Amino acid sequence: MARMTGRRALFAVPVLLAVTFGVFAVAAASPFDPVKAYAGTAGLTASQENLDQLRANLGVDQPLATRWWQWLTHALSGDLGDSSVLRQPVSEVIGERLGWSVLLAAVAFTVAILLGTALGVLAARRQGGWLDRGITSLAYTLEAAPPFWLGLLAVWFFALKLGALPAGGLTDTGTTVVSASQVLSHLALPAGVLAISQLPWFVLYVRQGVGDALAEDPVRGARARGLRSRTVLLSHALRSGMLPVLTLIGSRVPELITGALLVETVFSWPGIAAATVEAATSVDFPLLAALTVLATVAVLLGNLLADLLYGLADPRVGFDG
Amino acid sequence: MAARAIRGAGALAAAAALAVAASACSAPGGSSGTKGAKDSAVVGIAYEPDSLSPLLGYGKDGNSKIFDGLLTHDADMKLQPALAAALPKVSADGLTYTYELRDGVKFSDGKPFTAKDVVFTYETILDKKTNNASKTELDALKSVEAKGDGEVVFHLKYPYAPFAERTVLPIAPEHVAGKQDVNTGEFTTKPIGTGPYKLVGWSKGEKLTFTANPDYWGGAPKVKDFTMAIIKDDDIRATRLRSGDLDGAILPPNLAKTFAGDKAKKTYEAKSFDYRVVTLPTGNDVTGDTAIRRALDVAVDRKAMVDSILDGAGKAAYGPVPTDSEWFTKGTERTHDLKKAEQILDDAGWKKGDDGIRTKDGVRASFPLWYLSGDKLRQDHALAYASDAKKAGIEVKVQAGTWEVIEPRMPKDAVLAGGGAPADPDFDQFTMLNSKLAGDGFNNMGHYDNPAVDKALDEGRKTDDKAKRKAAYDTVQRELVKNPGYTFLTHIDHLYVVNDDYPDLTTQVEPHDHGLASGPWWNVEDWQPKK
Repeated sequence: MARMTGRRALFAVPVLLAVTFGVFAVAAASPFDPVKAYAGTAGLTASQENLDQLRANLGVDQPLATRWWQWLTHALSGDLGDSSVLRQPVSEVIGERLGWSVLLAAVAFTVAILLGTALGVLAARRQGGWLDRGITSLAYTLEAAPPFWLGLLAVWFFALKLGALPAGGLTDTGTTVVSASQVLSHLALPAGVLAISQLPWFVLYVRQGVGDALAEDPVRGARARGLRSRTVLLSHALRSGMLPVLTLIGSRVPELITGALLVETVFSWPGIAAATVEAATSVDFPLLAALTVLATVAVLLGNLLADLLYGLADPRVGFDG
Repeated sequence: MAARAIRGAGALAAAAALAVAASACSAPGGSSGTKGAKDSAVVGIAYEPDSLSPLLGYGKDGNSKIFDGLLTHDADMKLQPALAAALPKVSADGLTYTYELRDGVKFSDGKPFTAKDVVFTYETILDKKTNNASKTELDALKSVEAKGDGEVVFHLKYPYAPFAERTVLPIAPEHVAGKQDVNTGEFTTKPIGTGPYKLVGWSKGEKLTFTANPDYWGGAPKVKDFTMAIIKDDDIRATRLRSGDLDGAILPPNLAKTFAGDKAKKTYEAKSFDYRVVTLPTGNDVTGDTAIRRALDVAVDRKAMVDSILDGAGKAAYGPVPTDSEWFTKGTERTHDLKKAEQILDDAGWKKGDDGIRTKDGVRASFPLWYLSGDKLRQDHALAYASDAKKAGIEVKVQAGTWEVIEPRMPKDAVLAGGGAPADPDFDQFTMLNSKLAGDGFNNMGHYDNPAVDKALDEGRKTDDKAKRKAAYDTVQRELVKNPGYTFLTHIDHLYVVNDDYPDLTTQVEPHDHGLASGPWWNVEDWQPKK
């Protein structure tokens, strides 16, 4: 297990190098001009001399490889550089925002897994029954609904019609203190929407997995031995039915990140998503590279976690190597 | 049977829509949170500043809540002293501006404000190492000099009449901002100024929160807590205003209209200098022809654009100066006259072909018109322009692109551009019409070249005599009728919907940029909450 983790960590190094270089290359090839983005509307009245000076100050007149190498060497020594679009050090940008994004994603993911498993098991218990049909069609409907649209719908219903939950932000718009109760009530809608948008995958996988397991010999054997159907379902079928779900957890991470991005936009959640969008459209190399590294690490960790869990849950699988 | 079911579904949908609309009107509004006098305000804005450092361009047009400039604008956009004790003394040759500073002003950290801070601010902005994209605006400035603690003298390179307008830019404290990296230091997000409000927090992408500065030299503001929520999506902003989360917000015309029946809210229409214009580059065989330019100028139906695209919130534009400004030249209005347009083109030898498009000497009267992709307002203007032009026999091919795509094409292709600076006619017109600035960055995008205009623009900025300046800008506007290098379409009003918890509010004449302090909250420090 430790060996697998170690090997994966080693493997992550070339992946990260390639990904960051890719980001620099793609950004350099993109039609967006970092100087225009930096100057914003002021750039529309700036003189050419002013714009050229900005280009030199920002260091974006350097060739691609040089910029990447500079960024890399600085990053290894702990200096992530300065974000040109947010006018502050990249480490500060990430420090201020990452926590809120992680909180949002973690709560949503946990809810999605727990609720998804519960609904999936319920559906699998009697495949083709009315409960199964209801849950499955709900899952397919949600699968097709974009998180952005779900978010607007949630704002309309919970914030506007019921007035039960705040429509956006981390705390009440008028207050300046960040208290736990404030954050919790503001977290409810965005985390709920994000969880709902992830839910169908878990429901459908669990339903399929548990349904297949129920038809397998060991489970049928257990039934034949007269074990209670509840015991059979939860300790036999669920256990082997959960295996595909563990893989799913890892592979859902990228989707979770893009989902969080849209949800954060709808709810003005002060997470890392808005910064990502701005970094990309403004060709803010240092910020973009750092965020890409973060996302890549999250995906690699997600996969590692899935494989570790898989190995733990099913001893036959073992750890690769 | 099927038909009945469909009709039934239609009725159901209609009923649902009605229910939604009705509930939208009766949703809880301004009454929430009104306990006695309201001493807080929360407003929704669409734009977030990149930085709060004046050294990087924040608040350069004046009216920052955290900072003060030497001068400021009142409701009528007239200059008033702020950190200066009085309006500046200008030397006879127009080359030196002397400011006496107000006594006893302190930054919000308790340190006194002195002439050194003024010198520091201007010198830092002019420094090549400072990434300030608007420094071109201080082009006329040669040097700044402190005379003791209480006097500052500006020396100019050339006489520049509107220079005092530039001194509304906020003053940064040297003892804080001078000790860190000007481009990325902490000061860019945690500013300290002399203004009526102190920044409490800036949660990027979410909101800016301010608290009243009790020691403000102009008196402590009555509205103690002021919040600007940053909500980029128009629909979400309207929703949060309706849910009572916001006290006011900027909204596009179609959404502002939905609040018309809400008695607890008032709509304010801020007049603006914000114009939409089509550039007609001289480098293009078609748009470079004066006959084509003049024909387009009368073929376009500006009133229809105001009514249909802006829902009436705006007015027809005939030049950079709006028709209700004191700088507008009466008699330069052009009425929509298709016959006249056709006459001009016929006389110039542009003959209609079989497909209804004119040609002259083998040149087809056709040119591309670019607009910034994603900008609905510009798209609507461009399409309306193309359809008006078509009626006169000129083909305009509308295309969308980002500035990166558009910029290299500007010398030859038309662009649907926007702009507008109300403080002084020089600000817009010099950069837009001066032939020396043709193609310099985004200046003079149409490469307009008219010696009479160049001369008038120079006169307008050199003399301080108001009558002479007016005469100069009259010349510019009359020249634009004879040889329009641009087709000006509309001036756009900015709409704000605000809870009726505050007394009658005012708006300033607004520029093209949506600054933080635009809107009825331009003078939030003077608001007297209703009892």
